[in-house]
Amino acid sequence: MCLGIPARVTQIDDSGLGKVDYLGTKIRVNFSLLENIMPGDWVIVHAGFAISKLDEQEAQETLFLLREIAAKEDDREAGA
Amino acid sequence: MTNPDRAKKISLELGSGGRMMRDFIARSVVPAFRNPFLDELSDSCHLPQGVAFTTDSYVVDPIFFPGGDIGSLAVNGTVNDLVVSGAIPKYISLAIILEEGLDVEDLDRVFKSIRRAARKARVLVTTGDTKVVRRGQADKIYVNTSGVGRVVARPRPQAARPGDKIIVTGTLGEHSLAVMLARDDFGFEARVRSDCAPLSYLLPLWKKGALWMRDITRGGLATILTELVEKLPCSLLLEEEAIPLSRAVRAAAEILGIDPLYLACEGRAVVIAPEKRADLVLKAIRNHPLGKRAAIVGQVDDKAGKPGELLLRTMTGGLRLLDPLTSELLPRIC
Amino acid sequence: MKELRSRDITRALLRDIEKKTHELGGPVRVMEVCGTHTMTIHRYGLKPALEEAGIDMVPGPGCPVCITPNEIHEACLDLLTERENLILASFGDMTRVPTERGSLQTVVPARSSRLKIVYSPEESLELARANPDKEVVFFGVGFETTIPSIAFTAKKAHREGLVNYSVVAALWLIPPALRAILEAGETAIAGFLYPGHVSAIIGARAYEFIPKEYGLAGAIAGFEPNDILLGITAILDQIRNGRPGVANEYRRAVSSSGNPLARAIMQEILEEKDATWRGLGRIPWSGLKLRAPYAAFDAVEKFRLRLNERSGDLAGCRCGEILRGIIPPPRCPLFIASCNPESPRGPCMVSFEGACYIYYKFGRHERSRKA
Repeated sequence: MCLGIPARVTQIDDSGLGKVDYLGTKIRVNFSLLENIMPGDWVIVHAGFAISKLDEQEAQETLFLLREIAAKEDDREAGA
Repeated sequence: MTNPDRAKKISLELGSGGRMMRDFIARSVVPAFRNPFLDELSDSCHLPQGVAFTTDSYVVDPIFFPGGDIGSLAVNGTVNDLVVSGAIPKYISLAIILEEGLDVEDLDRVFKSIRRAARKARVLVTTGDTKVVRRGQADKIYVNTSGVGRVVARPRPQAARPGDKIIVTGTLGEHSLAVMLARDDFGFEARVRSDCAPLSYLLPLWKKGALWMRDITRGGLATILTELVEKLPCSLLLEEEAIPLSRAVRAAAEILGIDPLYLACEGRAVVIAPEKRADLVLKAIRNHPLGKRAAIVGQVDDKAGKPGELLLRTMTGGLRLLDPLTSELLPRIC
Repeated sequence: MKELRSRDITRALLRDIEKKTHELGGPVRVMEVCGTHTMTIHRYGLKPALEEAGIDMVPGPGCPVCITPNEIHEACLDLLTERENLILASFGDMTRVPTERGSLQTVVPARSSRLKIVYSPEESLELARANPDKEVVFFGVGFETTIPSIAFTAKKAHREGLVNYSVVAALWLIPPALRAILEAGETAIAGFLYPGHVSAIIGARAYEFIPKEYGLAGAIAGFEPNDILLGITAILDQIRNGRPGVANEYRRAVSSSGNPLARAIMQEILEEKDATWRGLGRIPWSGLKLRAPYAAFDAVEKFRLRLNERSGDLAGCRCGEILRGIIPPPRCPLFIASCNPESPRGPCMVSFEGACYIYYKFGRHERSRKA
C-alpha cells in the first residue's frame, strides 16, 4: 500500500509537473502535493506523485547509526 | 466456486505462457493428438532423419516497438526454438493473417524486417500463406512461422549433476519491458529496446559440452527453469545477486512491482553446462557481441532444496521457492 | 544507501533483537500494518529470521485491494458490462479480484467499452481528455498514501470542467482501522509497525492515541530490510522501558506533522464517512467521499450505482480474519489447495501485497504438484 520509491528531481515546471531520475531512468511525476521542490532534491514517488521530500540530514543520521552498528559488528568478529 | 467464465470459455491467462497454459495443453491438446513426438512437449521436435521442426504464432501488440517488430520476432523466435533444441535452422514458412485496413506501408515494413532477420539468421523463407479478414476480426497482423532445421546435437538435461552451472546469455526482461512501455509508458522515459535477436551463435556450445538450453521467452527465467527442474532428480539454485539486469529493468521492477525473473526475452537463453566446462562455455558466449553480459547465475544443487524445486538465494541470504508464472503480470499499485 | 540492505548490519540488528526478546521472556507479536512491509519482510527473508529472533510478525489490514469489499467491485463490474462507450480505468491488482460474477479482467465489457490499467490517477484524467466521446470512470482505491493524488485529480477535473470523468472512490483511513482492531481485542499484539508512506502524509502524531489510549508500543519504519529491523528494535525498547510511544524510525521521509499540503487537498475535496471494510466490518469515519461541490465526479451518484451490501466473500474465504490478524494465511483451509494465484478465492491472494499471495510466493512450504 505504500509502494514508493526514492528518486532525484531532475526537472520541475510551474504547472507542478516534472521528472525524476530513478536508478538512471527518468520518470514523469506530478509535484503538486509538495511545495518548494527544486531540481536536485530527493522525493518519494508513489503512483506518479511525489508525496514527501527526503530530509538529507535525517538520511545521513540513519546511515551513520547503521555504520556504527556495522563497525561494532566488525570489532566483534575480529575479537571472536 | 471458481470463476464461471473460465470453466467454459477461453480466458486470456491461457495464453500467458504460465502454468495454466501448460495444464491446458496437457489436458486438452496432447490427448487429442497423442504420438511420441508430441508427447515430448518440447518447443521443437526431432523428427526422423535428423530433421527438427517447430512452429510459433505471433500476436504481439504493438506490432512495432523499439528494438524489433512482429516480423523480426517471428523469425528469431522460431530460429531460436530450433537452436536450443540442438538444430541448425534452415528454412521457415511464413503465414500471415491481415486485418482489412492495415496500411500497406506497415506491411512492407514488416516484410523488410523479416527479410533482414532471415538473412541474419541464415534461414530462407520458402513457403507461406496470406489471409485477409474483415476490419475488427484481427488486430492488424498475426504471423505464424514454422521452422525446419538440421539436428546436430541432442540436449541431455538428465545428465545434469549437482555443481553443474546455470548460465544466462545476457540481461533479462528487456523485450517484455520494451513492449509494455510501447503500449503505455507508465510515466517512464526510458528508451528500452527489445532484446530480440537470433541465438545461432550458441550452436557451437553443443560441442563445448552444453547439456541443455532454452530461450527465455514467455514466463521468464523462473518459468523455464521450473519446467526443467520438474524432470530432474535434484534442485536448481539461483543467486539473486548474480542475475544480470539493465538499469531500466531494475528501475521498472521496483516501481511497477514486476519480478524480472518472470519477464520474457526474445534473444536470451539459459544454458546448463557441466561444472568443469562452465567457464569455457561462459567465455565462448561472452566472446560474441550478443553475449557480453552473460553470467553464471546458479547451479544444479542437492543440498539447499528438495528434488524438483527451483530456489532463489536472495540478496540477504535467505532462500525462496520459485513457482512458474501463474498469471499475466500487471503493474502494482500501492 | 547500501547500509540499509547490508547483510552484516542485518545480522547485528537481529542479534540485538534476539537478546531483547530473550530478556522479555518470550516471543513478541508485532503487527505490520502495511502490505508493503509484509512484502519486504518476506522478500528479504526476514520473516523466518525474525521468528528465530523471537518476533512473530502478523500481517494487518494494510492492503487496499484486500479490504475493498466485493460490492464495490461488483458496482464497477456493472458499469463495465452494462454501459457502452465507457472506459474503466483501474490500478492493476484491483482488476483480478474474483467475485461471484468474475473479475474486471475476465468479464466481457459492453460494446465499445473497455478496461484500462493505469498506474497513476493522472493517467485516468489523460484518458478522459483524450476520449471526449467516452465516459471515463476511475476506480480510485487507496489509503492515505494514494488519497491525496486521487483528490488532486478530481480537483483538476473540476477545474478543467471535464464532464466525462468520474471516480468510484474506495478510500480508506488507517488510524480508525487500527482503533477498530484494538477495540475488537481479538489478537494479542504487543506493538504496531506503522506504515512508512501513509505516515509521510498523516504524520507520526496521527498514531499518538494508540500508546495513550491502549498502551501499545509502535514504530514507523521505512522499507529497506534494516529500516524494518530498526523499527522493531524501537518497539522492543518501548516495551522494555514500559514507555509505549510512536517511534519515528523513518525520519528521512516522515515528520511528526506529515504532509500538510496533501492533507489540505484531501480536506478540500473529500469528507469523512462511515465505511464497511472487508473483514473488519463497519468502522465509523473510516472512509472518504467527494464533497457536495464535487458530486458530479462521484460515479456512484452519477450512474446511480447500487451497492449490494449483501455481496460477500466467496464461500470459505477467510480473508477477513487474515486482515484482522487473527489467523495467518497458512491457517486458512483454502490456502494453496484451493486458493492460489492462478485461481484465487479472495483478494488476499490476488493482490501483490495481500498476505496470502506474499506467503505463497515467498514461503517455503509444501506444495502439491499437479499431475
